[in-house]
Amino acid sequence: MVDLSVNIGQLKLKNPVMAASGTFGPEYRELIDINSLGAIILKTVTLNERSGNPPPRVAETESGMLNSIGLENKGFADFAKNKISKLRGIKIPVIASIAGDNEKEYGMLAAKMDRLGPKIDAIEINLSCPNVRHGRREGLIAQDEAATRQVLRAARRSTRLPLIAKLAPNVTNITNIAVAAAKGGADAVLVSNTFQAMAVDIETRMPKLGNITGGLSGPAIKPVVLKMVWDLYNSIDLPIIGCGGIMDYKDAAEFMICGASAIQVGTATFANPRAATDIVKSLKGYMTKNGYKKLNEFTGKLKTGAL
Amino acid sequence: MKQLITEIASNKEMTGGFYRMRLKSAYLAGKSLPGQFIEVRCSDGYDTLLRRPFGVHRVVKGGIEILYEVVGRGTDLLSRKKIGDSLDVIGPLGRGFKLAPAKGAAIIVAGGNGVAPLLALVERLVHGKRKNIFVLIGAKNKNHILCRDEFKKLGAKVMISTEDGSDGRRGLITNCLSSLLSTMDCGPSTIYACGPAGMLKVVANIASREHIPCQVSLEERMACGVGVCLGCPVKIKTKHKIRATKYELRNTSYEYKMVCKDGPVFNAEEIAW
Repeated sequence: MVDLSVNIGQLKLKNPVMAASGTFGPEYRELIDINSLGAIILKTVTLNERSGNPPPRVAETESGMLNSIGLENKGFADFAKNKISKLRGIKIPVIASIAGDNEKEYGMLAAKMDRLGPKIDAIEINLSCPNVRHGRREGLIAQDEAATRQVLRAARRSTRLPLIAKLAPNVTNITNIAVAAAKGGADAVLVSNTFQAMAVDIETRMPKLGNITGGLSGPAIKPVVLKMVWDLYNSIDLPIIGCGGIMDYKDAAEFMICGASAIQVGTATFANPRAATDIVKSLKGYMTKNGYKKLNEFTGKLKTGAL
Repeated sequence: MKQLITEIASNKEMTGGFYRMRLKSAYLAGKSLPGQFIEVRCSDGYDTLLRRPFGVHRVVKGGIEILYEVVGRGTDLLSRKKIGDSLDVIGPLGRGFKLAPAKGAAIIVAGGNGVAPLLALVERLVHGKRKNIFVLIGAKNKNHILCRDEFKKLGAKVMISTEDGSDGRRGLITNCLSSLLSTMDCGPSTIYACGPAGMLKVVANIASREHIPCQVSLEERMACGVGVCLGCPVKIKTKHKIRATKYELRNTSYEYKMVCKDGPVFNAEEIAW
């Protein structure tokens, strides 16, 4: 028997495969066994309602997709009242995702999530949605070391729940941002959110997204994110969660070999709702075939000697 | 809804660039309602990544049909599929047409490939002993007129218009609708429409002016198809208040609903056109 369990700080997962925020919900209950996953991350919640961006909100690109949803959600009050009850029957860890305009809002949201008690097992701090502005700020929180540290600190002071900092890939040096998140009190870093991107219809000369620009995800970004995971594995002590174009167990294993303690599956679920649960099964097969009994026998074990 | 690997029973070109595909699935045949759709995976690899949504075109014994126009990579790949090939689909999805009581006329307005879900609807109406079914089909030219014979066989009165006048009346199908309504006297009617957004808006205006209930089936780019990703919004009229900040409640004229989950069929008067 192989053991797929892994701890991300205080968060205990029976396997390293999580469903990424904004790509998964209890709606998939009819199609897959959600409880076979390691954890699910809910759609990002803000303090107040946000109506999101105008359509079109999605567009397909070569081996990838663009989205500009714009954090549409009905705000925390609705989340607490209506969304949590839909999670009945889900026995695996549920991770809430939060976003705000400033550190104060992140602190308030973290405190509110904390008060939801045992229903929420950890909080993902979304510092990097490419489709919204954080108040009057130019750029993303995850593009600013000081802001990243302050937001994490504000959340840390409000809760003892494990905190996962969701970072942006559009930065000069991902390590500096990850270090700032760690200093602020993050228990893990998640690399990464989508890449800022766009696409144009050349006949109409119109952008393919209503918001003009959006975020790129899918297989197209995988090698780039993989390199960031490798860089972080060599420079920080926090657990790393890899996310970017993971479509099957091979992609998952690649991320783990480069140092990811766990992985998230997002875009792949749209192509195949069974993608994440299939990865759990196939990862077991991969470990058996290679004689690994535990994840740490290959996590971060990239062979870099002479080829 | 289920995710199913179905077998392709047929995949034939009807007329320039329009195809009809039949999928074997007793489950889909039993569960699909007119106006619902399926999400089709057009390639196993990453040639196309996202599924493509197609309205249920016809429910047949042991399966369903879809009707599609080759417009991009996904539909091109689909058009190359052979009988006996397997196809990964999720469905049936969404909310379909609400069938009004069987009195008065049913007026069907189809623009271009918008015919697709309306044949399933008319078959269901006829099955429910509905009389007085008018089907108005508009297209660019005579080669793009779809399903005329199928509708006629079902006993519907079919009217055609083409933009170039190569078949039926020249002009837009919405002109046909106006003339039909001005000559009709068979009591309360219902309008069901599917087609380009511009056409649907005009149909909705006419319906509103004439006080006729109208349902429209919308099309939007989708990712998940099940209401998770919030990728396919449509503006719905509302007097809802948005809490913009702790102190400020803001009135809004619209809110977003999702075409995949709340639709694809909506009452025309709900939509903030």
